Order: sequence, then structure tokens, then C-alpha cells
Amino acid sequence: MTAVAAPSHRVGSLVEQFQFGLDAPICLTWELTYACNLSCVHCLSSSGRRDPRELSTAECKAVIDELERMQVFYVNIGGGEPTVRPDFWELVDYATDHHVGVKFSTNGVKITPDVARRLADSDYVDVQISLDGATAEVNDAVRGVGSYETALRAMRNLADAGFTGFKISVVMTRHNIGQLDEFKAIADRFDAQLRITRLRPSGRGADVWDELHPTAAQQRTLYDWLLARGDNVLTGDSFFHLAGYGEALPGLNLCGAGRVVCLIDPVGDVYACPFAIHESFLAGNVRGSGGFTEVWRHSELFTDLRRPQTGGACSSCSAFDACRGGCMAAKFFTGLPLDGPDPECVKGHGESALAGVDGASAPRPSLDHSHRSRPVPVTLGSRPPVSACNENPLAGLGAPGR
Amino acid sequence: MSTDRIGQSLASAFELDHGWRLHPQVSIRPERFGALLYHFGTRRLSFLKNRTLLTVVSSLESERSARTACVAAGVGADEMPAYVSALAGLAASSMICERTAP
Repeated sequence: MTAVAAPSHRVGSLVEQFQFGLDAPICLTWELTYACNLSCVHCLSSSGRRDPRELSTAECKAVIDELERMQVFYVNIGGGEPTVRPDFWELVDYATDHHVGVKFSTNGVKITPDVARRLADSDYVDVQISLDGATAEVNDAVRGVGSYETALRAMRNLADAGFTGFKISVVMTRHNIGQLDEFKAIADRFDAQLRITRLRPSGRGADVWDELHPTAAQQRTLYDWLLARGDNVLTGDSFFHLAGYGEALPGLNLCGAGRVVCLIDPVGDVYACPFAIHESFLAGNVRGSGGFTEVWRHSELFTDLRRPQTGGACSSCSAFDACRGGCMAAKFFTGLPLDGPDPECVKGHGESALAGVDGASAPRPSLDHSHRSRPVPVTLGSRPPVSACNENPLAGLGAPGR
Repeated sequence: MSTDRIGQSLASAFELDHGWRLHPQVSIRPERFGALLYHFGTRRLSFLKNRTLLTVVSSLESERSARTACVAAGVGADEMPAYVSALAGLAASSMICERTAP
């Protein structure tokens, strides 16, 4: 347990400070490639095929040099499936040699016993295995046939190598909320840590959101479970919209997009958050003259996000201080206004707002790297839920400044 | 939150007159409000909520004791308990450690 260490006079709360942005992100997601061996139906980056414009090894190293100068403590690497990049391990080594820790998200396809032993030896690398069902049936319907076994084999290899505390990352859907205890049991079995995150209507997730997002009753189940059993469960702060039920969940109950969080995509584009791959949230590119630093510190979009935001239609709601209007990306990709309720608003305001939206008019993701040859049936598909800024940047802290 | 209580009980045990230092696996990043600390071993993040505390923590290694680090940073006697509590919290989460410790 880490305490917020400090006499608190003279400064506002940390949340207030964070809203104005930091000199460098706390939690940076970097998707190294759009290539993926899977085609998960809810892939938030619509991954599948590599993009020919992806950053070269040298360009990736230049980004790492910059992150070192900015003192970014660690990056969350995802994709696509990042481990299919031939230079993946070279980049991981380069980052850790330059004091940038790495946590990478994988479907487990390359986590052999040899790789697991190497990973277990490093203090500066953390691994997150994606799993969206506690049983093969539930998992493979979303992530593709065989993906459950691939993930479990990777977990066994890590555990056998003595790698404790790796993360098992689950996107919560209508079909797996009933498996929360089973997910926890799997994590306990491997001496791993469970991490659950919210399904967003981003990327291909927009196509399946209506069918897969939790029902109102399931949201309540999830919230109650987190309060009762969520002590050692990470959430990437992704359920802060549930704070509207009453009690704040641990972590930073604030949308960190462009303030403490951002995404670098495989071609070097910088977006406000991993769930917002759309030109409306594109702040710049690391190939620009000022590099990532310039985009983070001075881009018009990020400067704008760091101004005080208005609650719009939510301002008069009793829960607004708790949920802050919810997730920007969830609103955007369901066609809702950004200054109104979250589509999964626990007070039910999202449902009524959605009723007034023509689904066909909701913005579509700007990019699509999905496999062309493989149809993606709604009931059978795959791809890892690319890391988001899913690791709670404030893991272990109480609500700061409160 | 219970951290305040924990802080107080720890503070009584904090060795203010011993030599301290930043844990070798911890990085500090100064920010406008103070600083962020990250421990690569525990993968925990922590905060220093003002610049004076940042000065104290940064000078621990070169100062004879935590007390002299506080005094050199301009911490007055009335403020000292708050700083001791903060340092105790950092010690409890292994962000700082005694210089004699391995």
C-alpha cells in the first residue's frame, strides 16, 4: 500500500492538478503494430493487418529515447499483437536499458517456456495476458477458436518460470460478468493478478457493443463485486462511471485522456486515449519536428482537453461529482454528445439519450486494419483487447487528494 | 481514509536522525505540484505533493540525516510532524530506505 505522501497544504487536490495535465504522461499506451494473429470481435484498434507506415526499429528507439528524457516511468505496449514484430524483444530490451519500464499486452502466442524464463528474470518487464472468458466457450466466441488454450498455455509457462504477479486482463462483457469469481480463481491459481476493464464501442467494438456490453443489472453486479472482492483486482480506472452508484471505486475517478494518459499508435499518431482512435482525438505524430514531447506538451487538442470541462446536460445530476460524465470515447462512438451522459450511465440517462440517436450516424473509427480474408462473425472471432491505459496508474492508492 | 492513521503510527517509529536515501529502484519526476515517484520493483506510483518535500527527498542521500535534510530544505518546527509523517509513508512503501540497509 502506497500512501499519498505529503503535507497537503498549498496545493489543490491531485485530481485538480491532473486535470491541468502533467509534463509527461503517467500512463502511456504504445501500440507497436496493427498486425495480429487473432481477430477479436471487440478489438478497439480494428487490428489484423500490419500498416506499411509503421514506425521502424530506429524510429521506435528514438521514441524510447524521448520517453527516457521525459522520465516516462513505463509504457504499456500493445497492438495488434506486439510480439509478432520481429524487433519486439530488441525494443523491450532497449526500453528497459534506457530506464523505461515495459508492460506488454499479449494473447500469449509467443510466450514459450524460454521466453517466460527470460521475462521472469527482468524486474522491468511486466506481462499481461488477455482472456475474455473463464471458459474456452465464452472466451473463444469473442477472441477466436483456440485462443483460450493459447492464453492458458502462456500463463502456465510464466508460472512455471517463476514469474509471479503477471496480469490476466479481461474485458467485461454480457457473457463473462457471471464468471468474475472464476476469473479470480484462475488468477489465484497462477499467482497472477486479475485486471478487468470496460468494453468500449471503439474499433470493431462498435459493431458488437449493443450485443456485448453489460446490462444495467450486470453493471450493478460488477460494482458490488468490485466493492466486495476487488481489493487486489486492477481496473485501469475504467469503471469510474459506476461511481454514480454511490461509492467511489479505488483509483483516479477522472478521464485522463490527454491529461495523464495518451496513445501512440503503430504509425506514430498520438491520440488522447487508446479508446479514441479517430481523427477527432488525433493530437499529432511523433514523426513531427518536435517529436512526442511537442505533441504532449503543446498540441492544440491536448491543450484544449486540459481546460476546465463543463458537465453539460450532466451538470445538474447528483452523481456528476462522482462519475464526471463518464467515458469520452464511449459517448463519441455511440453518437452521444461529449458533454452529456455516458451510454452506460448508472442513472439510466444514457439509455434515454441513446434512444434519440440514429445509430447509423454515430462516428465510425477512422482506421480499419481488420483481416480482409477472414470474415468476423459476431459469435466467433478474435484479437486481444489491446492494452489500454488499463493498468491503474494509481494502483494501490486511495482516491488522491480526497 | 485510513492512511492518515497509518501515517501517524508509523511516524512515531520513523528514525528521523538516521541517514536515508531514495530506494535504488525508484525514479523521481518533478512536476509543477511536486513530483511523481515510481518504484520499478513494486510497480507502485506515489506522489510528493509539494516542492519542499521534493527537495527533502532529493537531498536525503547527501544529508547526514532525514532531520538535517528537512532543516536544510527550510521545514519549520511546526511543519516537521507533517514531513515526518510523509517520510514515514515513503519508507513504509519502500520508496526510501535507510542508508545502512542492504
